[in-house]
Amino acid sequence: MYPANYRYTQEHEWVALEGQTAIMGITDYAQHALGDVVFVELPKPGTKFTAGQTIGTVESVKAVSELYCPVSLEVTEVNTALANAPEKINQDPHGAAWLIKGRATNPAEAAKLMDAAAYEAYIAEKEKEAHA
Amino acid sequence: MAQPMSRATRHVSLNEAMLFEKSSPGKRGMELPPLDVPAVDAGQALGAEFVRDPVEGFPEVSEIEVIRHFTRLSTWNYAIDLGMYPLGSCTMKYNPRVNEFVARLDGLASEHPLQPAELSQGCLRILRTLERILLEVTGMDAITLQPSAGAQGEYAGIAMIRACLASRGNPRKKVLMPDSAHGTNPATAATAGYEVVNIRSDASGRIDMSHLAEILSGDVAALMVTNPNTLGIFEHDIARAAELLHAHGALLYMDGANLNALAGVARPGDFGVDVMHMNLHKTFSTPHGGGGPGAGPVAVKKHLEPFLPIPVLVEKPDGKLAWDARRPQSIGRLRAFYGNFGVLVRALAYALAYGPGMVEATRDAVLNANYIRKKLEDVYELPYQQPCMHEVVFSDARQRKNGVNTMDIAKRLIDYGFHPYTTAFPLIVTGALMIEPTESESRQELDLFVEAMRSIAAEAAETPELVKTAPHSTRVGRLDEVTAARKPVLRWKPEAR
Amino acid sequence: MRYLPKSDAERRAILDELGLASIDELFASIPESCRLKRPLEVPGPLSEKEIIDYFRARAAENAAGYTSYLGAGVYNHLRSVVADSLLQRGEFLTSYTPYQAEISQGTLQAIFEFQTLMCQLTGQEVANASMYDGSTATAEAAMMAARLTGRRRLLISRALHPEYRQVVDTYAGDLGLEVAELAFDAKTGQTDPDAARAAINDATAAVVIQSPNFLGVLEAVPQFAGLAQGAGALLVVAIAEAVSLGAVRPPAEADIVAMEAQSLGLAPSFGGPFAGVIATREKYVRQMPGRLAGQTTDSQGRRGFVLTLATREQHIRREKATSNICTNQALCALAVTMHLALLGKQGLREMAGQNLAKTRYAVEELEKLPGVRRAFSGPYFNEVALEFPRSVRMINHELQRERILGPLPLGPFFPEQTKRGLLCVTELHSRQDIDRLAAATRRAFESLGVGARETVSSPAER
Repeated sequence: MYPANYRYTQEHEWVALEGQTAIMGITDYAQHALGDVVFVELPKPGTKFTAGQTIGTVESVKAVSELYCPVSLEVTEVNTALANAPEKINQDPHGAAWLIKGRATNPAEAAKLMDAAAYEAYIAEKEKEAHA
Repeated sequence: MAQPMSRATRHVSLNEAMLFEKSSPGKRGMELPPLDVPAVDAGQALGAEFVRDPVEGFPEVSEIEVIRHFTRLSTWNYAIDLGMYPLGSCTMKYNPRVNEFVARLDGLASEHPLQPAELSQGCLRILRTLERILLEVTGMDAITLQPSAGAQGEYAGIAMIRACLASRGNPRKKVLMPDSAHGTNPATAATAGYEVVNIRSDASGRIDMSHLAEILSGDVAALMVTNPNTLGIFEHDIARAAELLHAHGALLYMDGANLNALAGVARPGDFGVDVMHMNLHKTFSTPHGGGGPGAGPVAVKKHLEPFLPIPVLVEKPDGKLAWDARRPQSIGRLRAFYGNFGVLVRALAYALAYGPGMVEATRDAVLNANYIRKKLEDVYELPYQQPCMHEVVFSDARQRKNGVNTMDIAKRLIDYGFHPYTTAFPLIVTGALMIEPTESESRQELDLFVEAMRSIAAEAAETPELVKTAPHSTRVGRLDEVTAARKPVLRWKPEAR
Repeated sequence: MRYLPKSDAERRAILDELGLASIDELFASIPESCRLKRPLEVPGPLSEKEIIDYFRARAAENAAGYTSYLGAGVYNHLRSVVADSLLQRGEFLTSYTPYQAEISQGTLQAIFEFQTLMCQLTGQEVANASMYDGSTATAEAAMMAARLTGRRRLLISRALHPEYRQVVDTYAGDLGLEVAELAFDAKTGQTDPDAARAAINDATAAVVIQSPNFLGVLEAVPQFAGLAQGAGALLVVAIAEAVSLGAVRPPAEADIVAMEAQSLGLAPSFGGPFAGVIATREKYVRQMPGRLAGQTTDSQGRRGFVLTLATREQHIRREKATSNICTNQALCALAVTMHLALLGKQGLREMAGQNLAKTRYAVEELEKLPGVRRAFSGPYFNEVALEFPRSVRMINHELQRERILGPLPLGPFFPEQTKRGLLCVTELHSRQDIDRLAAATRRAFESLGVGARETVSSPAER
């Protein structure tokens, strides 16, 4: 379910690094928690963000979620197809509904993030807490 | 449906299209007296570049069509006049009709705010009398009636705190508030440029005083608290919290939305509050009207008086009332003119009707909430065992086992002829059901509500699908809010030909 | 007490069920030290008749029976009793905010109709369900422009209603937005486009003008739109007299319109409650404050309405909300909707036409008096600044003896505009009223020693 070559944040973003190119999105857990996505706010290409900074938002009818930058990057491209079809985020959050592509300015940061196994354990804990 | 309900039965209601869909060229609903001076040509008078054609798409309907249109629309609404609203922290009490009558009097509804003060003494006397009553109820020293709603009052309150602290050398950076706060509180603090820091609630549902002591620093401007809090529980440490804040040079703001539990019983000014707002459309019965208008007066202690918004109502030596706008430390003007005067008239009429007997309304409000708590605590989970005041908060924990949540129960309540209670708030209770009956409910109405809620609890256990797909009896079912947010349609447009 | 539906016996029965001896026990959680230990010292209780008597007595202490020529943001227009009787239906008056859409379709459809009417009037694509009033709508529009452009400078016309300006200053100050003023042309009374040209730069978030402006003069909206938008700024147009839109072309080129709808069916009521509106382009809708009703369907395909785009609002977005507004002016917006439904396309046009005619008749009659003339050459709707041979305050003092409230003196707002007053004439002023105004002004001049041949002093003398 969670691609092995991605890394994951505690705020439920995923990031894939290919050399200096970073691609990010939100995880299946996140889209499920949000419910039907109605709108996504993405940054302008050219803007720079450091890891942990708010980089955009994802909205459902009843909630807004901040998007946090997983690794410091300069935005090169955003997924404009989502403007007219935000529901893609619910349908394919790890693939077609990637959100932002950028040039990673410090790719080593990715090592500090969780791998797929660690992330799956993390969300399992969260599920337990929620139903306690 | 399981069994007949004593409260509600289905009934035919009429459909009604939109005004624009009933229009025909040439129809009109209102006629003007004929022009008694020479007519002018708009193009000549204004110049060709300023002239417009008749407003495209504007309705053209007759008087009776307007009467039927809005009358039919009105029958699709629930209202206090029909029955109880159990909405927590909304204080949906009876809106007395004499208030409507007096607000419409010629000599009050007709007055222009910029007419000379000597010809407005009646209006000013109304405002002054209301000010004195509100100061007595809250135990504060000075007041502004200008804010148009609670949120605007909150903004004024925080802005005054900021101005006061700035005048002492440092406006500071943070405002503290409990995680149970109403959404306007953090929104307001942010609008005023402060960083919001949440304080934990303890196991009893009150502010965790040790957490407060821990995070109080020279950086904190104020604590924003609702009392009783949004769980309906009185913050019994509030005087101590005030002392702690004052010792650190910070101030205590009270959100007065729950004043219906305190009026005539306890006064915020007596337990350390520096500034508070009130919601006249809650405690003082002014009608909600489908979402407003309201009024959010802000009362302050003496040390905050210099910062009140302009203009301030003052009494001159000869006893006449006037506006004073020469106040160099004021936070400024919040809106044009003096506030929602018509709403203030209604609030005064309400206060005059009760006099000191206002305390009886408070007592009945608290009695009603406790009655509901007692009658439902065996079927709905009570997350906090503390005594509640004018409102009670349950959770959907028991019903969730069958996949039924607070939203579903609320929607099913509609089939029983009630408006839902407040769902999913406060945020610190998962699946909250927040219920405030107010003093306006008779024993019969409360019993019907209890019966409905108990029946729904049984349905949640035995036939949960019925609850999860509710309501079943309304003109429209659950509406597609997702498409409404993805592809908003926010106005009528004529069909493309 | 007539508002409390319980007898003492019923209270006792409930207490018995709760196992309590007295309601006092329910307040035990309030520490002794916090309690009020005496009755409230407030007037009352009053019966219904006594309440009415009280307010009638207050009403008699105001200006009932005076003929008023005041405008300046609050306008006296014809209203129908039909709208008021509909407005008092309990299902409208006593209903809550329509968060539970299934049982609030009446309110929601009416809001949707209101939003549509506001778009049609202003020439914009979307409109919200109301703000507190025109002044706060203007302030919110300015803040919206700052959010949208990411810039921090506001250029505000000096001809914007002074109280609106004070409100913008209050809110802008808090956000650290810089406010600079654009002068108006002393001859035309219009905001000076050269001043705008000189002041607009890439730090400008918005240019804010009002039309008709505080001096009653219409502004050249397309020109200012070009200037603002050419520099990446937004044009905000405030409208205080909405009836003008029955005759004057709407500010369709504006990015954001901040309107006061009071003159469309709401009583002056000493300044409130009114109904502000923000109308704008569809592409800005997510930055727009206030509630929005949207059309949608239920699972059976039936048309219905819901509050939508709620994620902008305080109850979800909390500290990131576009505004902290919660309660708005819903019932006032409903009154406007009913009024416009009755007035309709032809009625609004006719009303605007009568305003144009009556104001020009008044100007004609008054200009026959020595020393009276229009102060500005720019086009006007129903409000006009007139120059007088004596202080306007002194003239009004005389007029008041004849139960007339004369033009609003402009001197207190603009120090150089002495001996000038703002006259507002609407369809409610009869020809007789206006003739009486002219005659009373003539008598006032006599008392004040104005010579028959006095003319307006030249600019050099002022």
